[in-house]
Amino acid sequence: MIFLTIGSHEPFDRLARALDAWCVARPDAMTVFGQITDHAEYEPTSFEWVGNLAPDVYLERCKAATLLVSHAGMGSIITAGQFGKPIVVMPRRAAMRETRNDHQIATAKRFENRPGVHVAIDEHALAATLDSAIAGLDAAGEATTGPFAQIQLIDAIRAVIHE
Amino acid sequence: MSEMRKVLAIASGGGHWVQLRRLRPAWDGCSVCYVTTNAGFAREVAEDAAARGQIAPRFAVVQEANRWQKLKLLRLVLQVLFILLRERPHVIVTTGAAVGYLAVRIGRLMGARTVWLDSIANAEELSLSGTQVGPYAHLWLTQWQDLARPDGPHYRGGVL
Repeated sequence: MIFLTIGSHEPFDRLARALDAWCVARPDAMTVFGQITDHAEYEPTSFEWVGNLAPDVYLERCKAATLLVSHAGMGSIITAGQFGKPIVVMPRRAAMRETRNDHQIATAKRFENRPGVHVAIDEHALAATLDSAIAGLDAAGEATTGPFAQIQLIDAIRAVIHE
Repeated sequence: MSEMRKVLAIASGGGHWVQLRRLRPAWDGCSVCYVTTNAGFAREVAEDAAARGQIAPRFAVVQEANRWQKLKLLRLVLQVLFILLRERPHVIVTTGAAVGYLAVRIGRLMGARTVWLDSIANAEELSLSGTQVGPYAHLWLTQWQDLARPDGPHYRGGVL
C-alpha cells in the first residue's frame, strides 16, 4: 500500500493531482491511500483519501505502508526513517503559495542521498521517481533511523537539565 | 537527596514535535510535562513512557498560532503562561516554533533554564524565531554545523 501524507496544515494539490495521474496510468499498481487535508481543492478520483487523520491512525497507516509519498517536510522524512519505510518526497514551493519559503527545496537537496529517500523535484518527475522507488523495494532492507537523536545532542541537553 | 528536576518539553505539532520526541532520553528520570498543539499525541507519549519504564508524563494542549495571527498569539501567550505557572519547570526544552518561542521568553522571566534547538529543516539559515530567541536561551542550538557561530547558535549534533 502506498500512503500519501502531506502534513496537517496546508493542502498540496500539485502532488495529489500528479499522484492521481500516475494511478490512472498504472492500473495494476499498488493501492494508494491519501491524507490531503480538509482544505484540498483537488479531489483525487483514482484512490481513496481523507482530509486529516488522528495521530495514532496516521502512525498505523505509516507502519502498514510499503511506500510513503509526501511533501519534503522533516516530520515525514524522520517518521519514514523511524519505520524503515522508503519515501518519495516532492518539495513545496513558495512561488506556488504552497508554503511560506523554499526551505523544502533545501531539505530535499540535503536529504536526497539518504538511503530510502527519493526526491521528485516537481510533478513532472514524480512518475519516474515512483517507478524507481517501487522497483527498488525488494532490495535488502531500507536503512532505519533509530528512535533517538545523536547522543552528543542528548548529552548537551541533559547537562543543562541537571546543572 | 536533590529534588527531581522538572522539565517542560514544548513544540508545535508536525516536524517540530517529531524532533522534540527524539530528544526524550535527555529528560529520562525527570518529572516531565509535554506541551503541543494536538491532543492526539498524548497516547503515544504515555505508551512510550510506560514501555521505557519512565514516570507517566503530564500533557497539555495549546492552540496553534504563527507570527501573523495577533489575536491567536495573545490567546497562546495566556495559555502558555497558565501552564508555566502551574508547572514551574526548572528547564524548558523546545524545537519551536511560536509556542516554543513564547515558552522560552515567559519561562526565562520565571527563572527557568531554557534550551532552543532550531529545526533540522532550517539547513540554510536559522528560523526567524530561532534568531530572535538567542539572548533568551541558555543553550541555543542549530542542527547544522555551518550555521554555528562563536556566540551562538552552537552545534551539538542533530536529531538524525
